[in-house]
Amino acid sequence: MTSGATTTQTIGFEIARYLPGEDRAPTLRHYDVPYRPEWVVLDALNYLKDEVDGTLSFRWSCRMGVCGSCGAMVNGVPRLMCAAFLRDYLPGPIRVEPLANFPIERDLVIVLDDFMQKLRAVKPWIIPGDRPPPADAEYRQTPAQLADFKQYSMCINCLLCYSACPVYQHEEEFLGPAVLALAQRYDHDSRDRGNSQRHELTWSDEGIWDCTFVGECSAVCPKHVDPAGAIQQAKVESTMDWYRSVLWPFGRR
Amino acid sequence: MRRSPEPVFWSLFSAGGVVLALIAPALILATGFLVPAERVEFDRLSAILTQPLARIAVVGLAFLTFVHAAHRLRHTLVDVGLRAYGGPIATVSYLAALALTAWAALVAFG
Ligand code: FES
Repeated sequence: MTSGATTTQTIGFEIARYLPGEDRAPTLRHYDVPYRPEWVVLDALNYLKDEVDGTLSFRWSCRMGVCGSCGAMVNGVPRLMCAAFLRDYLPGPIRVEPLANFPIERDLVIVLDDFMQKLRAVKPWIIPGDRPPPADAEYRQTPAQLADFKQYSMCINCLLCYSACPVYQHEEEFLGPAVLALAQRYDHDSRDRGNSQRHELTWSDEGIWDCTFVGECSAVCPKHVDPAGAIQQAKVESTMDWYRSVLWPFGRR
Repeated sequence: MRRSPEPVFWSLFSAGGVVLALIAPALILATGFLVPAERVEFDRLSAILTQPLARIAVVGLAFLTFVHAAHRLRHTLVDVGLRAYGGPIATVSYLAALALTAWAALVAFG
């Protein structure tokens, strides 16, 4: 493979096409795309949209693994399309389908409503306590306090973890990996006092206790958030809290 | 706050996993290799395990490992698609763990 622009070598794609109202189910359509070693799947899709078929629909924005909008199943595995290099899928073909476990809006575009509603429900923002610092002051955190939640704050809401989660596949109610990891991110933030407002939901049967520690969420996470670890950590905390509340004769509060 | 009962089962499950991970290799080594190879005399092992406190510990270990297995079995069955029967599966699994513990107690104190 020399200069990509002059090569005539191509790589095949099988891309799921689906137009609700017209198609009864998604079907795979074959496309050939010029092969460039520096291209990612998203580049190939943009090439197709510009040069071959303008109706091909997919989400993207940053092209650099930051915005989290380009998730899709690439050869059956949830991936960010902007981080999936063609050269890792030689000789092809590369199968691209919408993220599993979500309703499809069109082609590779999924419906996010369920996730957005669950995300709001766990209040992913800092809930100040009774005595927030004065408006002109700063919240100070030690490096250790920052380290306590930083990993969980790396989530870009790309939903790859929901596509990988067999529990979410079967149990629509399950809050899911990213939402639980984000709840943990705020629970562990020294500036936040909102734990008790979140735990009613996150420590319920639809929250952490639906998780059976399959761990696929952490395996596919492009940001190394480790949602499975976050959920395990929350299980320990919830269990300690349970024993404290039941065994401690005079209550905790 | 609506409390999930899961912390109880999960903590027993975790405890069972830990003791199993620690005890099982030692048990396999002792009863599977050292005793048959006559490096450890069975009578001595038996004498240690039949002291009153040891019997209680043995039943406790059996309880934790059975609950561990029951919990894992329950969630595996639910994960493979029997979610609709989650309630009965849980009941049967944990009752089986209790029954097996009772049997272990009969053996340990019998
Ligand atoms: S386009 Fe933003 S993460 Fe891929």
